[in-house]
Formats: sequence, structure tokens, C-alpha cells
Amino acid sequence: MEINILVGGEAGQGMETVMNLLGRSLVRAGFSLIYTKDYMSRVRGGHNFSRLRIAGETPWTTVASIDIMVALNAETYALHHSNLTPSSRVIYDPELFELPEDENRGVPVMLKKLAKEAGGAVMANTVAVGALLLLLGLQTKIAENLLHESFAKKEGVAVQNTNALRAGYDAATQYCKACFVLPPKSEHGKMLFIDGNQVLGMAALASGCRFISAYPMTPSTGVLNYMAGKTNKYVVVAEQAEDEIAAINMALGASYAGVRAMVATSGGGFSLMVEGLSLAGMTETPLVVIVAMRPGPATGLPTRTEQGDLEFVIHAGHGEFPRAVLSASSHEDAFYRLNKAFELADRYQVPVIFLSDQNFADTHRSVQPFDFSRLGYDRALVSAGEIEKPYQRYRVTESGVSPRALPGQFEGETVLVDSDEHDQNGNIIEDAATRRLMFDKRMRKLVALANEMDEPDLYGDLHPGILLLGWGSTYGVLREVIDALAASGNKVAMLHFSDIWPLPQKRINDLLPEVKQIFCVENNATAQLAALIRRETGRSVDHLILKYDGRPFLPEEIIEEVEKHVQS
Amino acid sequence: MSKAEDYLIGKTAWCPGCGNFAIREALAGALAEIELAPHDVLICSGIGQAAKIPHYIRANGFNGLHGRAVPPALGARIANTKLKVIVASGDGDSYGEGGNHFIHNIRRNPDIAHFVHNNQVYGLTKGQASPTSEPGMKTGVQVGGVAAPALNPLALALVLGAGFVARCFSGEKEHLKKTMIAAINFPGYALVDILQPCIVFNKLNTYAWYKKRVYFPPIDNAQDWSAAMELSRQWGDQIPLGIFYSQPRPTYESSVPALQGEPLAWKPFEPVSVAHLQEEFY
Repeated sequence: MEINILVGGEAGQGMETVMNLLGRSLVRAGFSLIYTKDYMSRVRGGHNFSRLRIAGETPWTTVASIDIMVALNAETYALHHSNLTPSSRVIYDPELFELPEDENRGVPVMLKKLAKEAGGAVMANTVAVGALLLLLGLQTKIAENLLHESFAKKEGVAVQNTNALRAGYDAATQYCKACFVLPPKSEHGKMLFIDGNQVLGMAALASGCRFISAYPMTPSTGVLNYMAGKTNKYVVVAEQAEDEIAAINMALGASYAGVRAMVATSGGGFSLMVEGLSLAGMTETPLVVIVAMRPGPATGLPTRTEQGDLEFVIHAGHGEFPRAVLSASSHEDAFYRLNKAFELADRYQVPVIFLSDQNFADTHRSVQPFDFSRLGYDRALVSAGEIEKPYQRYRVTESGVSPRALPGQFEGETVLVDSDEHDQNGNIIEDAATRRLMFDKRMRKLVALANEMDEPDLYGDLHPGILLLGWGSTYGVLREVIDALAASGNKVAMLHFSDIWPLPQKRINDLLPEVKQIFCVENNATAQLAALIRRETGRSVDHLILKYDGRPFLPEEIIEEVEKHVQS
Repeated sequence: MSKAEDYLIGKTAWCPGCGNFAIREALAGALAEIELAPHDVLICSGIGQAAKIPHYIRANGFNGLHGRAVPPALGARIANTKLKVIVASGDGDSYGEGGNHFIHNIRRNPDIAHFVHNNQVYGLTKGQASPTSEPGMKTGVQVGGVAAPALNPLALALVLGAGFVARCFSGEKEHLKKTMIAAINFPGYALVDILQPCIVFNKLNTYAWYKKRVYFPPIDNAQDWSAAMELSRQWGDQIPLGIFYSQPRPTYESSVPALQGEPLAWKPFEPVSVAHLQEEFY
């Protein structure tokens, strides 16, 4: 049992306000849900919509089917009515437009008029939430509490919104009181209502990241927003850089001088950072880089999703140097894995790239509270007892990792780093022997770094006839696909990568030779994971399921493709 | 009591007779006179002949990318406000490739002293025009002579709100040292544009050319912005030297809550101490 809600309108009409209030109210009431956004790169006008799906366990994806539609304009109804079911309902404002005469599922609510009566037309969205709550058979109490919390310093506004909420609730009563039955409440107790960017911002702060520098770029900006919002109460600095080149160089300066530092951007901004990434590699300065992917090339589709930058981030930067590339399968996974990115960056003195994408960044899910005691904070600095004097920043060691000291940490010892090839002291060199010595030292770090990579997650049949490969934000949709295919009698599994580079290879080598039909499912046009696996292991896949129109996969799209090949 | 020699280190790779030597000695002298311990000083540079200076001064050093000397300096100030941070780099690095950082860090006003070795030419890449090259100067690239007017770093800095703006000449070492001391001690971004000959590639602005033109105007009031602007714009037969402007304004660091008190780098942390962060999502 589940309920699917779609809210649509023009940019600026406030779909987000509706979904945030409704989503938080439902999660606080104990329901499990997911909320995804489909929005255009504009501030006003166009067509934006959000989907919210409520189910017994937190769903992995939203779906096309609609039980309740909130049409803030006529276009929303026109574009989405084919996904309504016979028992669906459509909340709309009859003052703005009318539904077709033969449409008998309408719930007309004077959103604007009731909002004005409550104190201002801007609260039309709150009226809509009131109507939604009624249709779902809920009370308004939790939403009222949330309104009072978010307008804690503006009691008048809170009261007006509460009145708007009740007005919407009352107005819908005559049409459809509790005509939808909600799925059972979560058995996991208190849940969080949080989106991907917020998860990453919180994980960074909880990993002891004390500096983020960024130039705003969709869909990564939410990370900067989150951290900037904490700078008054927490020991963290957020700086909006003049450009992404400055952002990464600032972060490297901060990291060199002693704090965990991070940059967040998307593909275009990362392109500008690439020289700085190479500097991190050469100077062996720890750094975490969040790249929230959107479709390219160039400006591409700024508010849409893609997995097109995997090969780019693995190869970005001139010269050869060690790095790690991680992504996440879910909000839960992302929280702990970004912490791992910080730990690896410090332990191996390398840049670590965390690949996010719009689909992950903008999606809210209900998740169980995070366990902060699982997070690490080991700066891996040299201690007073261990330091050899005179201190040399790039002392050659067996592991390739040199004891790291900070400037000012030890009386009389200085720390010199250089973008030129350098000797153990950090001084510029040009001779071949030292070049080889230092290059080998850096590259040796890859041996231990490769052992830190988690093997891909195997879900489904342990001896599958059909195997789906994927990475990053497609985890959720693949889970639903596996469950559906298994339910119809297939021996099917998925192998899903969160840690991607250096590529963990054990499960690939164990499993791939045994499976008859291997599919690689990616949100890009060139099957970059499949190419990476082929390059690193020599193993190839049988079929590619690729999507690069800027939209995330729907489960049925993947199932249809798999079935085509399985039947033939 | 520290001596300048205590801060000299390494074997220089500069051409004999280069203006960089005097700048290096003045900087060592300035650090000695302020009695700054080498481990409390950080010198950030980009790439170029001047940018090799972190290898020749006993201090912490971040010899980064071309044009990117200032952003790491700001980052280092954020991480550790106890570090005295000095940017020492060339005119191409500071005003050309790094132009955007020059502009925006003057606006930010971090406590950084920025010493620009301005020889009006690209040395390391062998003789192309820099942003401060004289119009008409012919090079292997600017074969018909430099067409664009020279960038005026001091006037630009003043317009952007820089609190400390000075011009020095590597041939006036004692004055340079005193000005460096004032810049290092100045609370906020301090620009010292240091004229220096490039004896190999700049045949126009030679030691003799500068020597004939530089002079020390009387500066009664270094808080007079208009007078500073006027001095900044003097160029040609007469080139004034001195601290044209010195007027502190609130620094970047003073506006950032987390930067008050002990340096960020030394503040302890435990992940569980911020577990309440997730409460706002219930």
C-alpha cells in the first residue's frame, strides 16, 4: 500500500514550501516517504513539479502514478492527468482555472482567496497543505507545530499560516474526507526528513570539516548553504570564493595550515578546479571535493541529473597522482562515506572526490537517525614523540605516506610544500633520480589506498542468472527493479559500487564469469563504469541500459529493457 | 636578537644582479627586526622567478600554482590566525594570472602582506609583456610593442579599498625593509609594489632608469586617500616611493565568528559532540 502525490506549478509558486511542510509533517507523524524534485533553471515561470511517495518502508524512488495531484496551474493538470487513477483526486484553485467538464475527481479549494483571508496570498501553499492533510485523513496539529517552529520569531506569521492551513483543511472537507488510507507507520521510531545535500553538509561538519569554499553551482549549492548556515554557532568557516579556482586553492591553503577542508561544485566548476586538484596531488595536501553531477557538456541541463563525470573525475588533473573517488548508494550511506572521504584524505594525504548528482542532492527521504559515534576524526599528524628533526615534509617511507606536520606545530620546524617536483625537504629539484624517488613515493600510497575500497554491494540472488551493475544514485531504482524481477521468478541480483576508484575488483572477478546476462545501468551515454571495469579487469558486460536525457531512471524503464533481452 | 642572516637559506637560482636578491635580503631583515620565529611565518607564492622565494627564506612555505598565491594565503589565515602570512610573487602572478584573486582579496581584507616583485616583464618564460609593461615595449610576442596601457596596481588597490598601499624600489633596500615591516605589522591586506629591474629581459626599465626617476615625496598624512591616489598615478620622469596610504579597516578575520580566539587548527574536535545537528530534521 502506498500513496503518490504530485504538486506542480510555475517556478516561484512554491511547490517546495508545500512539499517541505507536508513531508516533514508526515515524517514527524511516523510515515516513511521520499520526495523528489523536477525543476527548471529559472526563478519564475516554466513548469516545475515535485513528487512525494508514502509507503510502509522508505521508498527508493518516486513513480509516475498519481493518487493526489495539487495543480497550482492548468498546465500541471494538462501534463500529468494521464497518470491519475480512477480514484485519484485533484486539488486546484477554481479562481485560477477550471478542470474539464467531464473531470469528476476535482477538489476545488480557493487557495488564493482563503490565503488572503488568512493574511496574504503568499500563504496559498499552506492552504494547499491543509487540503492535502484532510485528504490523507490526518489532523493539522503536527503541521501547526512545524509552522510555529519555523516562524518562532514571527508569532504573527505563524498564526496566519495556521489559519491558512485550517482554512484549506475545512474547505476540502465536503469533497473527500479521508478518502485515502495511509500505509502503516514506520517501525523504526523517530525518523529524519532530509535531502542529499543536507546529509553531506551535516556529515562534513560532523567529520570535523572546518572550512568549505565554494562558488555557487546547482546542484551542489545546498552543501554550501547548509554549512554557511552553521557558521554562527559552530566552529566552521564558509567562504564564497570569487571563482572555483580560488575555491580549491583556498581550501588547499587551509588544509595545509591545519584544518579539514572541502570544496563543493558541479562539473563546470570542477573543470576550473582541475589544476588545483593536481596541486593537491603534488603537494600531498588532504582535500575533499564534492562533485554534484548534472548533465553536460558545458552548461548542459543545470537542474537535471546525470552520471556523466565518472571518468572525468578519475582522470582529472595533469600528471599522474593518487586519488580516491567515492559515491553513495543512499542518504544513509552518504553520511558515513563522506566521513570516510575525510579520513582517507588525511590518512593518505591525497584528494578524495565524492561524486553526488542532482538526483541524490535534491531528493528528501525519511531516514533513521545517524550514529555519530561511527564517524572517525583521525588527522594522522606526526606527534611530538615521532617527529624527526630537522623536519622534512616529504620524507621517503615504505608506505609512501610521509609524517605530516603543520606549520607552527613544532617550535623551530618549518613546513615547505611545492608544486614543482621537489626533494624530501620540499625544495625544487630537476634531477632524474630525485624525480623518480619522489614520484614512486607518491604512487606507493595507492597500494594501501586500494585496500581501503569497499567491494560493491551485492543485493539479490547469490547465484544470479541476471546481474545488474550500477553505481551512485541509481542504487534505489535498481533495488526496486531487482525486487520486481525477482518477484516475477527471475534469478537476479545487482552489484552496486559506492567506492569506485581505485576500483575494487574482487567481487567483479568472482561473480562476473558465473553470470549469463550482465547489464550495466548508468545515467550517461557512454557506459563509463562498464568501460572502467573492462579497462581494469578485462571483463565486459552484455547489455547497456543508459539514460542521458537529464532525468533519473524509472523502475519500469529498466525492467522493460531487461525483459527484452531475457526473453530473446 | 635575530639577524637577517638567520632567515637566509638555500641556494638561489636567480640571475646574478637580479633585483630579487635585494628583496630577499630586505624581507629577511624585516623578519629579523620584528623577531618573528620562522615556524610562525608562512610565505605563499605562485610561479615565476620571484615565486621561488619560499625556498630562500627560512619560514614555512606554500609554493603553489601560477597566479594562485593569494587564495592559499587566505586559507592558511583561516586555518591558523597565529601565522604571519606573507605573499611574495611576481607581477605576472599577482596582477595577470591572479588578477581575480587580487581584486577580491583586497575587498575581503585578510591580514596578509602582499609583496609584488614588479619587474614589468615575464622573466621565467623569457621576456613576454606583463600587465605592468610600458606601452610600446617590444618583445618576442608583443612584436609591434605593447598596445594596452599598463595596469596600475596601486590605484586599483586604492579603488578597491585597500588599507595599506606602498611602492618601493629594490635599489632602496633600507626603505624597502622598513616598508615591509610596516606592511607585515599592518592589520589587514597590505600591498607593497616593489619595482625591480630584470637585467636579462627588460632593457627598458633598467636599474639606471629607475634610479633616475624614483624619489621620496613628503607624505604628511597617509590617511588622505585622494593624495594617495595622486601619488599612485605619478609615473614617468618622476616615480614616487613610500607608504602612500595606511588606514586600517575591519579585517576579514574579525568578521568571521569561528576565527575569534584560538586558531581553528588547534581546536580539538569529536564527532559525537555535534550529534544534535540532526535534531532540526525531526
